[in-house]
Amino acid sequence: MTRFSGWNVFWNGLTGQTGWQRQWRDPEPKPHYDILIVGAGLHGLATAYYLAKNHGLKNIAVLEKGWLGGGNAGRNTTIVRSNYMMPGNREFYEHSLKLWENLSHDLNYNVMFSQRAHVSLLHSPAARDAAARRYNTMRLTGSDGELWNLETLKANVPLLNYSPDARFPITGAAVQRRAGTARHDAVAWGYARAADQLGVDIIQNCEVIGVTRKNGQIENLETSRGSIGAKKIGFAVAGNSSRLWDMAGLGTLPIESHKLQAFVSEPLKPLLDQVVVFGVGGAHFYISQSNKGGMVFGGDLDWYKSYAQRGNLPIVQDVAECAMSILPCLGRVRLLRHWSGVMDMSMDGSPFICKTPLDNLYLNAGWNYGGFKASPASGWYFADLIANDRPHQFIVNHDLKRFERGYNIDERGAGPDPKLHG
Amino acid sequence: MIRIPCPFCGERDHSEFSYGGDATIEYPALDASIANWHDAVFQRQNICGMQFETWQHLNGCRMWLVVERDTMSHEIRSVRPAHTGMAKALEDET
Repeated sequence: MTRFSGWNVFWNGLTGQTGWQRQWRDPEPKPHYDILIVGAGLHGLATAYYLAKNHGLKNIAVLEKGWLGGGNAGRNTTIVRSNYMMPGNREFYEHSLKLWENLSHDLNYNVMFSQRAHVSLLHSPAARDAAARRYNTMRLTGSDGELWNLETLKANVPLLNYSPDARFPITGAAVQRRAGTARHDAVAWGYARAADQLGVDIIQNCEVIGVTRKNGQIENLETSRGSIGAKKIGFAVAGNSSRLWDMAGLGTLPIESHKLQAFVSEPLKPLLDQVVVFGVGGAHFYISQSNKGGMVFGGDLDWYKSYAQRGNLPIVQDVAECAMSILPCLGRVRLLRHWSGVMDMSMDGSPFICKTPLDNLYLNAGWNYGGFKASPASGWYFADLIANDRPHQFIVNHDLKRFERGYNIDERGAGPDPKLHG
Repeated sequence: MIRIPCPFCGERDHSEFSYGGDATIEYPALDASIANWHDAVFQRQNICGMQFETWQHLNGCRMWLVVERDTMSHEIRSVRPAHTGMAKALEDET
């Protein structure tokens, strides 16, 4: 495999771009692997990569029913941040952000991680107090966080609607400067290429259609490309976790599948240099500008349970209204595309990386809105769990039994209703 | 837009309604075991396909309805009042 470097780009420019090889192999599935990961999204690919890199394991395969990165890896708003407060989440997302900071070098693939700052708008003294608590918690635990007053905010983000006559006048912002965006496809391709180089088989168009169990273990996964056995199996199929769980005969999960829409506008000249978040009253809106100039933004869930990867129009209207209320200059901008991804919405808004009732099965699920930013740490700790057969101390409460213990990791304090954890 | 045929108001846009959730959950008795309550509050079937779910016609008659809807195609097969006997009780009153 040709390494990417300035020199190689230069050399191939001189020699007609003939020196590049395909980025990863397209192997036939073997009848048996040591470790099988189901789902070649960001989490599955990252897991395979860290299993090989951190734990030196071989004979690993990742199964994907479609093409890699074709699910929620390509259906998000590419925001990376670590402004989580609850014990467990705090350390986990902070580690994820640290992995993001070095990911391009680690993978030898430019994931275009851009630490352009994440700016959450504040509209009331109560919101400022809550933000102060959260961002102070972050600072006390080795992260960065700032509160901006109105003058600082205006100087940094000049185009927002600062009218005192707005329905919710802006009074300041809570800011994480190390947060930002990354190029979603590049993350999937970078992990796939790096995992493949370490010997991981990535098997696309291979849907799991059945699970064969024997003595409290999974013996084989029946797939559209034949029966594949494994010593250890990890599920990383957020959006469809409940379906695979049911297929394995394990009953129900504390998860509902909901869909989340996102949008991109036609390309514009540089307009917005940060990720801006607007959330007050019934509004929920986040926006950034991609490197190609498109405004990338999103809002709430569609409010009813669904597995359909398509969104509804009332939410389009909601999001457009939010956009107009904080960035009225977008009024004449045309929408280029919009899309919808299916989320595992969990009962407390936090994920599961845990062992299961079956000895050789491990679960990675329940990512709610937070899947994209979490993917490096998700792969890191899921690989650690599978390799060592015990959870790392950071994820010891990210298990399926936490509700039985009365332990909710509920950042919003919204209670056990999945659609409220946006 | 999903169109929900409300038995009281006729067919309306789903944006007039508020989504409740899985209509098949049966809450246990107050003195039932923690395990039963845990399952009712936290565990979900999360069906891909036809499921029974509750919707409230918030901007209409404000009645709670049980809707049988496909969670993949969004096709609606049946709608009935959530409280059995409600339709008849309303008719009897008039």
